Amino acid sequence: MEIFKSNKIYNFMGSRLPFLGLSSLLVIASIVLLFTKGLNFGIDFEGGTIVQAKYEQKAPINDIRNILKDTKYNNASITEFGSPDEVVIRITGSSSNIANDIGDEMHQILKPTGDFEIRRVDIVGPKVGGELREKGIMALALSLIVILAYVSFRFEWRFAVASILALAHDIIIAMGAISLFSIEVNLDILAAILTILGYSLNDTIIVFDRIREGVQTSKESILEKVVNESVSKTLSRTTLTSLTTFFVVVTLYLFGGEIINGFAFTMLVGVIVGTYSSIFIAASFLVQLKFSIDDFRTKEANKLKRQKEKDKMRAMYEQGTM
Amino acid sequence: MKIFNYRLVIFALSIIFGVVFAIPSFLQTDSGKKISLGLDLQGGLHMRLGVNTHEAVISKIKTIATTVKYYADDEDLLIDGLSIDDESVNFTVLDKDEIPKMDEMLKQIKGLEVSKNDLSYTLILTADDIEKTKDSAVSQAVETIRNRLDQFGLAEPSVVRQGATDIVVELPGIKTQAEEKAARELISKPAKLELMEVDEERADQVYTLTRSQASEYGDIILEDTNDANRKYLVKEIPILNGSQVIDAQVAFDQGNQPIINFTLNSTGARIFGDFTGRSVGKRLAVVLDGKVYSAPNIRERIGGGSGQISGGFSTLEAGNVAIALRSGALPASVNLLEKRSVGPSLGADSIKASTIALVSGFLIVFVFMIVYYRRAGVIANIALITNIFIIISVMAMFGATLTLPGMAGIVLTVGMAVDANVIISERIRELLKAGNSVAKSIEDGYSNAMRAILDANVTTLLVAVILYAYGTGPIKGFAVTISIGILASMLTAILGTHGIYEALQGKISKDKDLKKWFGVS
Repeated sequence: MEIFKSNKIYNFMGSRLPFLGLSSLLVIASIVLLFTKGLNFGIDFEGGTIVQAKYEQKAPINDIRNILKDTKYNNASITEFGSPDEVVIRITGSSSNIANDIGDEMHQILKPTGDFEIRRVDIVGPKVGGELREKGIMALALSLIVILAYVSFRFEWRFAVASILALAHDIIIAMGAISLFSIEVNLDILAAILTILGYSLNDTIIVFDRIREGVQTSKESILEKVVNESVSKTLSRTTLTSLTTFFVVVTLYLFGGEIINGFAFTMLVGVIVGTYSSIFIAASFLVQLKFSIDDFRTKEANKLKRQKEKDKMRAMYEQGTM
Repeated sequence: MKIFNYRLVIFALSIIFGVVFAIPSFLQTDSGKKISLGLDLQGGLHMRLGVNTHEAVISKIKTIATTVKYYADDEDLLIDGLSIDDESVNFTVLDKDEIPKMDEMLKQIKGLEVSKNDLSYTLILTADDIEKTKDSAVSQAVETIRNRLDQFGLAEPSVVRQGATDIVVELPGIKTQAEEKAARELISKPAKLELMEVDEERADQVYTLTRSQASEYGDIILEDTNDANRKYLVKEIPILNGSQVIDAQVAFDQGNQPIINFTLNSTGARIFGDFTGRSVGKRLAVVLDGKVYSAPNIRERIGGGSGQISGGFSTLEAGNVAIALRSGALPASVNLLEKRSVGPSLGADSIKASTIALVSGFLIVFVFMIVYYRRAGVIANIALITNIFIIISVMAMFGATLTLPGMAGIVLTVGMAVDANVIISERIRELLKAGNSVAKSIEDGYSNAMRAILDANVTTLLVAVILYAYGTGPIKGFAVTISIGILASMLTAILGTHGIYEALQGKISKDKDLKKWFGVS
């Protein structure tokens, strides 16, 4: 079975401006969303309390709301969680008392609403929340720096910049989607974003590797054509891997349970955007950055020449002619 | 034909390794190393606690004041105005001639800075000693909480220090909310037993004095444990501050009420004996965590260093108090910084959901690879299965815990580990179409694909390492599974499948049916 004929070359670069336009639109929309609607930070980063309770019957959300209205937890938000008999109560404050925490209090307060079991109590105090936020930002920043350094080292700086731009593109759009659908941002979402980072980079590197190979071996010397050749040749690989990952993430989204839902959703968006960007966007940046094939070939040729001269000298030296 | 090539041999060894070491985890046998489930999967309690280390410094100041008082009483030195505040002990020596004796005594207390103004003394702790006190307060709190939980009878409690002031407590296997609450109560109980002298001179003023007036006399007002309206006026500086308690056991009095018998060490016993001998007719307040449990009259000198706490405990309570006293007092109070508690039923649901996702995701990839690549797909799938076995084995060997994000990591690895095989197969197809021989296509396919696979894997690995370094708890689990998965895929997807192709190469060349082998016409 084959999806794409491997000898067909698609003219991706010919239509790169419309795609760059579409991407700019998506990125700008995402940024606007992030600044106006913002992210719905969960307790991991903001601090606060989550109490998850499972009722024997359908959860009486209205009763819970009414009872909490008269307590100090009147700003609590109550939502169904996964199934109609399960609810999550989110409270902005946290308690520092070990022996008697908000979970215990909820147990008392909610007694009149029916038979239930408290299945999860997460409390994050302000100190830990701040620390997690700090670590999260550090992780993201550090990942980008390390990637930049590695790709520069293995390829060339323009490849590195293009891949970072493509990554920024993917992450901003994924975060836009998180904001649009009001997904609660906790540590798992951060992990998902970092995974997207790795995954999308994977895709981009495979394409870039082909471009590097094309630059060295192709008879073409126009960058656009080499890029078209390379992207077309990796097309079936990119789509295939994306498809398998996509399938897996979809099953995770559908069957992984409510807790893993936000993670799976973010991954889903990331896989789609990441695949799109490595086919249509990453290499376009390379072309826009005016990567020059001739310069690269001259440099490579010089490198090779120097290596050959060295070898020749060594050979002469070993034969004793010098 | 190279049926036994080195790649195949390594692959075969890794299959054996993967299967053998994964067996204990799959069958959950009693012996052998196996993966343990994280708290989010098996249910349990995770807490991060902060130690209020400043309290330990105050309590040390108090102990110094107690020592000074005991020494002065013992040596018949006349001192006056012994008082403490947050950072210092203050007192005045009445007789000038006794100054050298007092100085000699103070020299024996380490980490003390003594300043004198004529006859009045001010004692403060050196900065170095304050640091040491804070540091040892945290280690002591870790030790104390660990002892208490060990005696509480839960399986595998873990108490670890984190950073300068924090402690992480993990309790797997908590079944009910009541059990969890009992454990939390036990952890947070200060269990500070103080024996204090009732101020008999002003005992009748206890209901009229304010706290600040009381403190002018060096007294504090404490409430009765059973009746908050009943108050006692006691000397601020305790006779004994609980650090001398070496044993505590539950017993029952004549009325069959639970009481706690405690035993003091030899220093404690001596101080207690001396005090009671001197104070016959006065009252002694038995104070636990700032509440008066009883205040019996001292009828005679009490030697032997034992005493009892009574005062309306339930049997369960008495048991927990005794555990707490035996394990030692918390040197300072602890408060909750973070808590994650997962009920066992939720954990079971999570295991079920993620297993379904894992199995169905796996099956889809499996079928897809065979449909698309035919026998090349089968070979890739062999590598994939081996990969999962290796992940499980390596995690079991290192005693790693499997968390929910870790499960997600394995699911993702399934999706990504086939990537290497997709890249290789695509390259082989390309070369075959260009008219190369089967042998050359396989050889060049692998070498052409290698550079891309390596670069891609290294970058993902770098991100995983950063995730591990900056992630907490469950996220670390995700990073671990991803990293092991990537490394294992080098062994299985690259080396392993290459070995299989090498062995089959002759057969494929003879067969000439490339559609059957690579799904290509």
